[in-house]
Amino acid sequence: MSFKTVERKPLTLAERTYIPQILGGMKTTFKHLVKPKETLEYPEARPAILPGYRGVPTLVMDPNGREKCVSCQLCEFVCPPKAIRIKPGEIAAESTNAHVEKAPEEFDIDMLRCIYCGLCQEVCPEEAIWLQNVFSVSGYSRDEMVNNKQRLYELGGTLPDQHFKWDKKKAAEEAGNDAH
Amino acid sequence: MSEFYFSLPLLLRLALQGVAVIAVLFPLAGACSMAERKVSAWIQGRPGPSRAIVPWLAWIPGIGFLQRLGVFHFTADGGKMFLKEDVIPGHVNKFYYYLAPLVAVVPALCTVVFVPFGAYWDAATAMMKPIILANTDIGILAVFAVSSLGVYSLILAGWASNSKYPFLGGVRASAQLISYELSMTLSILPVFLWVNVPGGEGTLSLFAVVEAQTQPGFFGGMWNIFLMPLSAFIFMVALFAETNRQPFDMPESEADLVGGFHTEYGELKWGLFFVAEYAHMFIGSGVFMILFCGGWNPLPWVSLADLLGWLGGFAPIFLNPVVSGLIAIGIFLAKLIFSIFVFMWVRWTLPRFRYDQVMKMGWQKLLPLSIGNLIFYAIAIAIIERS
Repeated sequence: MSFKTVERKPLTLAERTYIPQILGGMKTTFKHLVKPKETLEYPEARPAILPGYRGVPTLVMDPNGREKCVSCQLCEFVCPPKAIRIKPGEIAAESTNAHVEKAPEEFDIDMLRCIYCGLCQEVCPEEAIWLQNVFSVSGYSRDEMVNNKQRLYELGGTLPDQHFKWDKKKAAEEAGNDAH
Repeated sequence: MSEFYFSLPLLLRLALQGVAVIAVLFPLAGACSMAERKVSAWIQGRPGPSRAIVPWLAWIPGIGFLQRLGVFHFTADGGKMFLKEDVIPGHVNKFYYYLAPLVAVVPALCTVVFVPFGAYWDAATAMMKPIILANTDIGILAVFAVSSLGVYSLILAGWASNSKYPFLGGVRASAQLISYELSMTLSILPVFLWVNVPGGEGTLSLFAVVEAQTQPGFFGGMWNIFLMPLSAFIFMVALFAETNRQPFDMPESEADLVGGFHTEYGELKWGLFFVAEYAHMFIGSGVFMILFCGGWNPLPWVSLADLLGWLGGFAPIFLNPVVSGLIAIGIFLAKLIFSIFVFMWVRWTLPRFRYDQVMKMGWQKLLPLSIGNLIFYAIAIAIIERS
């Protein structure tokens, strides 16, 4: 095995007094003193959120203002911390959305349990539940930390729909084709 | 107004003067803690404390600037210290535990008595007179004697806390004081050799040092920092060590001693330790400015008397004793504040020394250096004065 001896140069007198080094360091710190500050002052300035960010899970409506969720409860089953509670409900027969058949009667997400894993969004067949860019969640009580259905729709809003599945379903129904 | 003041009994007058000085020094020392937070923040690239404001003050336009400077955090910090729960560890000797912060503040505020912090133009004698609480001839000796008493509070705090880390902090404080006081005193002896001409009346007064730096001529008007840079350097390093500032803050180094001597202290008692530390810094840098940077003289070779004479040409109000005194104090305070800023600046530049390095530097480097410095200047001054 070959060794390479690293030559260590003895320090010069100036280096041994440390004074040039200290002055150099003070120059560096002074530069930092007058530099523009890098802090993001949070409540006023918000961080830029990249697409695909997994924030608070929300429910979204389709462009016609209908609930997308059909209360299939897949998200409830897949949720690892069991944060989601859904009470399924029927849609009244006289409603214009009757062909959708089902909608959640209650939909609660407990934000104290949610781990922002995004599995609910992955599993949702209707693309009704989305993790959006809300990241600042706080409340004064445990109850406040449970997002109910109304709150979830407020947070979620409307997202563009790529499939218009129900519109197609209704068109097919009206054309006399009830095979779905 | 001034006639009424001088008609008061001497004791009352002295008490008033003392209270006035402490009423300035104490808040200044407190404001330093705020400045420390701001300068630290700026050096670290963040805005620092900038939020606190009294709600009804926020209505005044233009006050946002002060808010951004964190001025209101000063009062908020003070209020917090007053209102905090006073936690006393169960295993301490309460008498000594409470005594320690008081012992810290008393010498720190006492040293200011011997430090002149300005001069005024006395028209009757056409001379500059010092603004000082006690114009004694022992000046610097008294400053050193009283300011080194401050270390007793650290030892007392460390011992009374009845806990290992504070105790080690107190022991370190005493060892560090002994090591650095020697080189500090030896480093300023050349200044007094230079000030006290042979055959003249000897003095240790700090005012005489400033007077010596205001003489006409090249050597007369020169600040001592140019004449004796090595003395100034040794004094400054020793000053950092004496005031327990980084990189010499061995008594409280939180990396190895948690918080050192004040680990067991909270609330206002802790605050008193810090006011004492900043008061020490103020007095120490005041002494540094007087000894080496011309005191209240605005520039080297430009004395305060020159400045006042020049200003007096425009308006005679500048030759008024009060106005001239205020100008002198203003110049001196500006220098002090710059010096405090350097303390904070160095804090975020140098890493803390290890304890053995501190001892080695004190005894093996600074002490021989200051003795050599003393011998060199003793011979040089003898030759200059002889010719």
